[in-house]
Amino acid sequence: MKFSFSSEQDEFRSNLRRFLADRSPTKEVRRLMETDAGWEREGWQAMNAELGLTAVRIPEEYGGHGFGFGELCIVLEEMGRALACAPFFATTVLAAGAILQAGTDEQKAALLPGIAAGDVIATLASAEDNGRWEADATTLTADASGKLTGHKSFVIDGHTADLIVVLARGPAGLTFYTVTGDAAGLSRRLLKTMDPTRKMARLTFDGVQGTVLGTPGAAGPAYDRVMTEAAVCLTNEMVGGAERLREDALAYAMMRMQFGKPIASFQSMKHKHADMLLDVEMAKSAAYYAAAALDDGDADIVAMASLAKACASDAYSQTATHAVQIHGGIGFTWDNDTHLWYKRAKSSDVLFGDAFWHRENMMKHWAA
Amino acid sequence: MTELTEESVRAECRAWLEANWDPNLGLVEWRVKLAESGWGNPHWPTRWYGRDLPAGLMPVVEEEFKRIGAIGVAKAGIRVLAAATILEHGTDMHKEKFLLRIMTGEDTWCQLFSEPGSGSDVAGAVTRAEMKGNQWIVNGQKVWTTSAHKAHWGLLLARTDWDQKKHAGLSYFIIDMKQPGVSVHPLRQMNGHASFNQVFLTDATVQPEFLVANVGDGWAVTTTTLMHERRGADGVRSWGQGAADRSERAYVEEREEIATVMEPYKWYPQRAGRVDLIMPRAQETGALADPVARQEIAKLMIMTKAAEWTARRARTAQEQGRPQGPEGSLGKLISSHIARAAARVHTQMTGANALLTGEDSPMNGVIAEILVSVPATSIAGGTDEIQRNIISERVLKMPRERTGDSDKPFKDVPRNTVA
Repeated sequence: MKFSFSSEQDEFRSNLRRFLADRSPTKEVRRLMETDAGWEREGWQAMNAELGLTAVRIPEEYGGHGFGFGELCIVLEEMGRALACAPFFATTVLAAGAILQAGTDEQKAALLPGIAAGDVIATLASAEDNGRWEADATTLTADASGKLTGHKSFVIDGHTADLIVVLARGPAGLTFYTVTGDAAGLSRRLLKTMDPTRKMARLTFDGVQGTVLGTPGAAGPAYDRVMTEAAVCLTNEMVGGAERLREDALAYAMMRMQFGKPIASFQSMKHKHADMLLDVEMAKSAAYYAAAALDDGDADIVAMASLAKACASDAYSQTATHAVQIHGGIGFTWDNDTHLWYKRAKSSDVLFGDAFWHRENMMKHWAA
Repeated sequence: MTELTEESVRAECRAWLEANWDPNLGLVEWRVKLAESGWGNPHWPTRWYGRDLPAGLMPVVEEEFKRIGAIGVAKAGIRVLAAATILEHGTDMHKEKFLLRIMTGEDTWCQLFSEPGSGSDVAGAVTRAEMKGNQWIVNGQKVWTTSAHKAHWGLLLARTDWDQKKHAGLSYFIIDMKQPGVSVHPLRQMNGHASFNQVFLTDATVQPEFLVANVGDGWAVTTTTLMHERRGADGVRSWGQGAADRSERAYVEEREEIATVMEPYKWYPQRAGRVDLIMPRAQETGALADPVARQEIAKLMIMTKAAEWTARRARTAQEQGRPQGPEGSLGKLISSHIARAAARVHTQMTGANALLTGEDSPMNGVIAEILVSVPATSIAGGTDEIQRNIISERVLKMPRERTGDSDKPFKDVPRNTVA
C-alpha cells in the first residue's frame, strides 16, 4: 500500500522497534562498531532466530516467509532508526536479491534456505576502486573456466561474508559468479571508513574459482534490477535514521535550558524543527511509495526508486546537519550519539549512487 | 419519517430535479425555487432552506445535479463563509434577511478582518466601533478585501472595548457596504493585478441588530468564519467553468457570474508555480538537454511528488478513520517551497526571455507572471513563519513563546503606528 500500512504491518513495526531498542541500544552499536567485523555472529543469529528477519522477503518455497518489499522496508526503516549493526542489508537485499533475480531454480533452492535461516551471511561485490555502481563500470574478469581476476571495493560486509556474489566480465559478457568467503586466491581487507557502523571491504581476486550464477552474459539487467531494489531498501533505512535524528534533536531542545528557558521555546529552534519534520515526512512518503511500487510491479519503478533515494539523501543529510547544530558543542563530541547517524547519512548518500546521480537517473527514466 | 439512505436521497433528489429543473428559467428564479425546496444546501437545517442531510450524503446530491446538468445555488466567494457564520451565530432576522439572497447570488459579500497593522495577528485589529446614540459608528482601515468594490455586505471585525484584553475586546458585525462612510480602493499587487482592496471606514454606521452574537464575542465568531475559510480553501479553484456549450438562459447567466467571481483569481495558477508547465517548457526551451537544468528540474519534481504523496498519506489516514500523523499539517508550507522552486526553474529555463512580459514573451506573459506571483503563496492564508509556529507548537508540542499582548488591557499593548 503506497499511502498507508495495515494494522498487521503497524504491529510488526512496533514490535520490531521495541525489540531493537532493547537489543541494539546505542551502547551496543558503539561496542560493535569498534570491532573489525562490525557485528557478531552469535548475537545476530540469536536476534534473527527470534524475529526471522532474513526470511522476510525470501519466498516460502526457499524457506522464507514470502513477504514483499513493504515488510522488508519496515525492517530496514527500523534498523536504520536503531543503527543496528548486522549483516542484514548485504545478505538480504543485495545477495539474496541477486540470487532471486539471476539464479536458476536449483541455485535458489541451494543458496536461499541458508540465507533465510540466518546461517549464511552473504553480500554482493559490484563496485570497484572507481566507486561506481553501474554495471558497465565492471572491470573484474572471469575466464572460460570461471576463474576471477581483478578487484572489488566498497563491498558491504565483504570481509566477513560466507558467500559473495561477484559481478564480472565473463566470456559471454556481464555474469554473476558466486564464491565462498574462504576461497583460494581471494584476499579481503577491511577498509577504513568514516561510518564505522557500516563495514566495507576491498576484495582482491587472484584467479579465484567462481561458480556461474544464472545465465552467463545475462547479469546486466538482473543487476540493474537489484540496484533499483537496493536503492528503495536503502531509502527506507535512511528515513528511519533521519526520523530518529529528528526526534532526538527535538527531545534535546525540549530539555536544554539557556537564558532561563528551554531552547525549544525559541522561534529559531522551532522553525528549524518544523523544516526538519517537513523534510523527513516528505522523504518517508517517497520511501513508502517506492517500496509499494516495487511490490505493485509499477512500470516507472526505476524513476520512482531514484526519486525516493535522492529525496532521502538530501533529507537525511540536512536533518543530520541540523541535528548536530541543535545539540551545539556537545553535538560535536564523540560521546554524543548524533555523529553516528550523521556519518551514516553520508555513507548512505554515496552508496548505490548519490543524490546527483539519482536525480539524473530519474530524469532519464521519467515518463510523466 | 423514513430513514435516510443513499438510495432514498438519490431517488428523492432525482425526482425533484426531473420535475423542476428548467434551464430556460432565469438564474435567480431557479435558485429561489431550489432554495425553497431544500436541495440547494441540503446539509443546512430544514428550517433554513436545508434538509438536515448528513454531510456524508452530499456527494450523492452533487452527482444528481451533475447527471441532469442542473445549476446549484451560488457557492463561490465570501458569501459561503457569511452563510456558515450566520447559520451558526446569527439571529433569525439575519437568517431571514440574508440566507436566501446569498443562495441566489444576488448579494455579494466581503470579509473585513485584516488591517494594515494586523496581518498574521488578526485579533490585533484596531478598527473601532463605538455605540453613539442608537447605532454603532465605525472608524478604521481594512485591507486584502477581495470583491469589496462589488460587495453589498461585509463581515466586520472591530474593537468595541479597549480596556479588555486583546481577544475579549472584539465584536463582529454585518456592515452595509453601500453607504457613504465606506470607501473602497483597489490595492495593486507586485504582479500588476489588483485582486484585493483597501477599505476605509469613516464614521460608517451599523444598526444595533446587525451585531453578530454579543459584544465581546467577536473573536469566537471570527474563528468560525476562518475555520470555514480553511476548510473550503480549494473551493475557489475547483469551482469549474460552467457548462460552456449550453445556450439556455440559466447557463448563460451562470457563465457571467463565474467570470465575475473568478476575475480576481485569474493569476492564481501562476501563484502556485505552474509545475504542470515545467516538462513541456523544458522540451520547448531545450533545457532538458542541459545537465544543470536537469538537476534543478529533478529537484522540483521530487518535491512535487513527495508533497503529493504526503497529502495522500494524510487523506488515507483520514478516510480510514485513523489518527492523522504530522503529515496533515505540512501542505501549506510545502506548497510555498514548490512555488518558489518552480519559479526559479521556469525563469532559469527561459533565460533572457524571462524578462519579457508582453505579447513577445513566452506563453503571452504567463511565464513572466509566475515569478512575480509566487511570493503570495508563502504569505497569503498564513505566512510560512506562522505555519512553522503552528507545526512546531501543535504537532511537535514545542513551547509557545510568550507574547507581549496577553496580560494587559489592549489599550496598553504596543502596536503599529499606521492607521
